[in-house]
Amino acid sequence: MTDLFRRPGLLIWSVAFAVCLALVLLAPQVRWIASFPRALQLPLADWLNAGLNPLFETVQPIGRGFATVIDAPLRLVRDLLLFVPWPAFAVAMFLVALRTAGRGLAIFGLIAQLYIVAVGYWTETMNTFAIVLLSLPPAVLIGFGLGVAGHRWPRLRAALIVVLDLMQTFPAFAYLIPLLILFGFGPSAGVIASVIFSIPPMARNTLVGLREVPAVIIEAGVMNGATPGQLFWTAKLPAAARQLLVGVNQTTMASLSMVIIVAIIGGFNDIGWEVLSAMRAAELGRCLLAGVVIVALAIVLDRITGALATGTPRGVVLMPDRGLLTVVAAILLAGIGLRLALPGLELLPRGLGFAAAKALDRSLLQFVGWSDPVFSGLRDALNYGIILPLRIGLATAASPMVWGFALQPWMVAAYAILTLALAVVLAPRRPAAALLILFAALILYTGLARFPWPCVVLIALLAAWRIRGVGLLAVVSTALAMILLSGLWQPFVQSLYLTAIAVLFCVLIGGAIGIAAAENDRLSQIVRPISDALQTLPQFVFLIPALMLFRVGEFTALIAIMLYAIVPPVRYVEHGLRGVPPHLVEAAVQMGVSRWQLLRDVKLPLAGPAIRLGVNQTIMYAISMLVIAALVGTRDLGQQVYIALGNANAGLGFVAGLSIALLAIVADRMLRRN
Amino acid sequence: MTRSSAASPASRPVKISCRNLWKIYGTPPDRAMRPGQGPAAAEFARQLRAAGRVPALVDASFDVHEGEIFVIMGLSGSGKSTLIRCLTRLIDAEFGEVRLDGEDLLAATPKQLIDIRRHKMGMVFQNFGLMPHLSVLENVAYPLKLQGEAKPAREARARQMISLVGLDGREQALPSQLSGGQQQRVGIARSLAVEPDLWFLDEPFSALDPMIRRQMQDEFLDLQRRLHKTIVFITHDIAEACRLADRIAILRDGRIIQIGTPADLLLRPADDYVAEFTADISPASVIRVGDIARPGQEVAGARTVAGDLPVEALLTDIATGTTDFAVQPAGKYGGGGLTAARVLRILGRHGRQDDETAAG
Ligand SMILES: Nc1ncnc2c1ncn2[C@@H]1O[C@H](COP(=O)(O)OP(=O)(O)OP(=O)(O)O)[C@@H](O)[C@H]1O
Ligand SMILES: [Mg+2]
Repeated sequence: MTDLFRRPGLLIWSVAFAVCLALVLLAPQVRWIASFPRALQLPLADWLNAGLNPLFETVQPIGRGFATVIDAPLRLVRDLLLFVPWPAFAVAMFLVALRTAGRGLAIFGLIAQLYIVAVGYWTETMNTFAIVLLSLPPAVLIGFGLGVAGHRWPRLRAALIVVLDLMQTFPAFAYLIPLLILFGFGPSAGVIASVIFSIPPMARNTLVGLREVPAVIIEAGVMNGATPGQLFWTAKLPAAARQLLVGVNQTTMASLSMVIIVAIIGGFNDIGWEVLSAMRAAELGRCLLAGVVIVALAIVLDRITGALATGTPRGVVLMPDRGLLTVVAAILLAGIGLRLALPGLELLPRGLGFAAAKALDRSLLQFVGWSDPVFSGLRDALNYGIILPLRIGLATAASPMVWGFALQPWMVAAYAILTLALAVVLAPRRPAAALLILFAALILYTGLARFPWPCVVLIALLAAWRIRGVGLLAVVSTALAMILLSGLWQPFVQSLYLTAIAVLFCVLIGGAIGIAAAENDRLSQIVRPISDALQTLPQFVFLIPALMLFRVGEFTALIAIMLYAIVPPVRYVEHGLRGVPPHLVEAAVQMGVSRWQLLRDVKLPLAGPAIRLGVNQTIMYAISMLVIAALVGTRDLGQQVYIALGNANAGLGFVAGLSIALLAIVADRMLRRN
Repeated sequence: MTRSSAASPASRPVKISCRNLWKIYGTPPDRAMRPGQGPAAAEFARQLRAAGRVPALVDASFDVHEGEIFVIMGLSGSGKSTLIRCLTRLIDAEFGEVRLDGEDLLAATPKQLIDIRRHKMGMVFQNFGLMPHLSVLENVAYPLKLQGEAKPAREARARQMISLVGLDGREQALPSQLSGGQQQRVGIARSLAVEPDLWFLDEPFSALDPMIRRQMQDEFLDLQRRLHKTIVFITHDIAEACRLADRIAILRDGRIIQIGTPADLLLRPADDYVAEFTADISPASVIRVGDIARPGQEVAGARTVAGDLPVEALLTDIATGTTDFAVQPAGKYGGGGLTAARVLRILGRHGRQDDETAAG
């Protein structure tokens, strides 16, 4: 421990550990350490409401007027989509998919549409599609405009990036509340929420695209005498076109994801609502049938818009593009003409889907009944073995009720001595690791949920300051103060621990898959399309399998979060490992390393930055899933947002939503070391 | 700066000139500071470096005359691109002045600047700088399009330029479908489309392999014989510089350390650095007969040769016993008498600082 005094960081953290240990020991005696004193709490949410509500009321008429303005085109698009007979739509879609993404997707799309018609979800699908179609142009235009402005005025850019971060991490449910108050219950609020949610990807891609235009292209434009306007339109914009189309692709997917989520408002008979209401009625079959529609829709939309961006060579060219557009338009018009000529025409089969749902329901219920011992066994094992101890700590988990025995003093002593011994052994060579073990042991003892709040505050502030400096320290203190004062500490800790466990498992499991995929090409070929597909799916979809296998509850929420957040570690770990320069691998092999040594000593360290980025992404994914997962039952901040939505409590929604957003942003800034 | 050779086209008007030009990267220096000249400038640059700034261009002054090929030559990072970018005002110098046709270029408004670039300047870039989304034809017509020229007119002009650089038939190709040499031809055609008087080329051939580079150099000289542009040409290859230049400016760490004809650099290098640079150049091919002839010392019955011949052209004659040459003035090269002994002495002594001045 001589190192300790040479490295101020170690000294500071050692002192912090001592303080935490003291606080943990004192907690049973001193009430204010165990929980933040109620007397100090402030009704922040109520104050916000008191301030906001009059404002809302004055603006409301404008909002309602705006809603009717949006409503008209929305109904128009929807009615038009529904008026086209589905076979005409399917053929048109087939041609477009064939031209852009190739044969595979064209056939997939056709089968998907046949499926949608067969299970009776055509109307719902078109309704969802209509909202996406309508929210896309404003999102793309606004995002593009913001990106251009950020590019043009560098001083604006820093502010813009913070705003975009907030927009992407601030849970949509939270800003849905004021939208609902302003615009009234109905699809218009959904359209606006979806627009807001899909702006950031377009803005970010515009910023990146314009920034990465090669300097020589700009110089060539300038030297050829371009005015600033000409330079933008004839040189920068075309050079950034690819990136802009990537933006359109991501914006489309964000929009779809959001449209599915805001179905929670109801009233538009769309496919998201179908899943949600089936979920609420515990009709697993219907839930699954509708969920498959969402998956198909997501895949088709993603591949088509994605192909526009990458210009894949897979597209099949039957005729010049202009001719193709004419043919597509002609088919759609012919369909409309047919419908006009034969008003009684009814092409959608009735009842088939209902019967299918019932049958599926029965067999699913059977499956669930039959498999329940397995899955509930698994759930209980993980719950009692890992999750509960992490939450309530060894101190509480080791009770006759949970583990069947009470914690004896000698056990605690043994635990402490073992930990200390380990730390002392490690300390001379790896003091940081020793400290980490001490902290981990302490937290494991009390449990995340019962770790005294002053300790959490102390650790968070120290980490923010040591890693990023005073700026982040200010953000973290403000956020923690807000959470403590508004009485959201317990939900916050729940969120923290849900995220922590989800990330831990995702990184372990996903990292293992990523390593395996990097070492084995065959496996990689299987894993890649799966993670591609998982990444395009709307978050909402991940609730369905979790719910089916594990029923409502926190564990189910955890599974849903993990299903969603496992893709980044898989991808980034594989990407990082495969990105290790071959000559370094060769050099190591030449020196005679074993496969395991190669991985541990060469590849993993070199893949470090990519892996760190993957962990960062995992955290972002997990946090963004918190609010969605609240639908299947949690007690975290997400649930607070959800409750706020139910009570139209904009203040609570704002405070809880902001807490989640800040949690995400702070985690991101701490991990993104640069 | 050393005096320019008497043989240079100094008699023609100055096209573009710069005086005491400075470009400093990093935090901008205090405006009130005045860099001095000569030793004071060197001291100022030293202080800037010590303060963590990058003086990429230090007190650069020179004139480029009409119809001249002025080559700027230096190692990577010596400030060549910075210099050319200051001359075109792609970047703005901190101190000094730039004059184009006698007018202060630094005082030009953005609008005037656009006009100047549209009509007076053309530039070829090291990495071609072609618009990836435009075809060869559209790329070459691009500057004309920016000026609002009608499509038929600008495409006709672009086709003319394309055939000038020998790319007929590839009009519809995209830049990505062309080889490096072909892409640079497109760059050259584009820069010439507006018929500029002043032509900037920033290492135009560096990205090409040696065979193509040599061929492009020949084509470049051929073009210049027809077009008579005023040219500022950048290269880091001394052989290229010697082949193409009327005069060469040698740049080191942002400072111009010598300006002269290729023969000047070989015969009278300003310092060891320049001598080192030219060490690998075969003097017999760079030095022209007129460079070393002594005016008024013709010997009767001497063999008559043109002043613009490279000295190596005399070697066969010398080997077969010719001892005296009468040099006829040719182009910018003067005439006079020349003995075989003098030729051999100069070729043998090339590179030595203590050589007598060849003209004296
Ligand atoms: N935008 C910039 N910011 C800071 N320093 C720069 C910048 N551009 C160039 N420099 C520095 O100025 C110096 C001269 O650069 P310049 O590009 O003019 O060199 P060059 O002679 O053209 O080299 P090359 O042959 O590699 O093109 C270099 O030290 C370079 O690092
Ligand atoms: Mg350069």
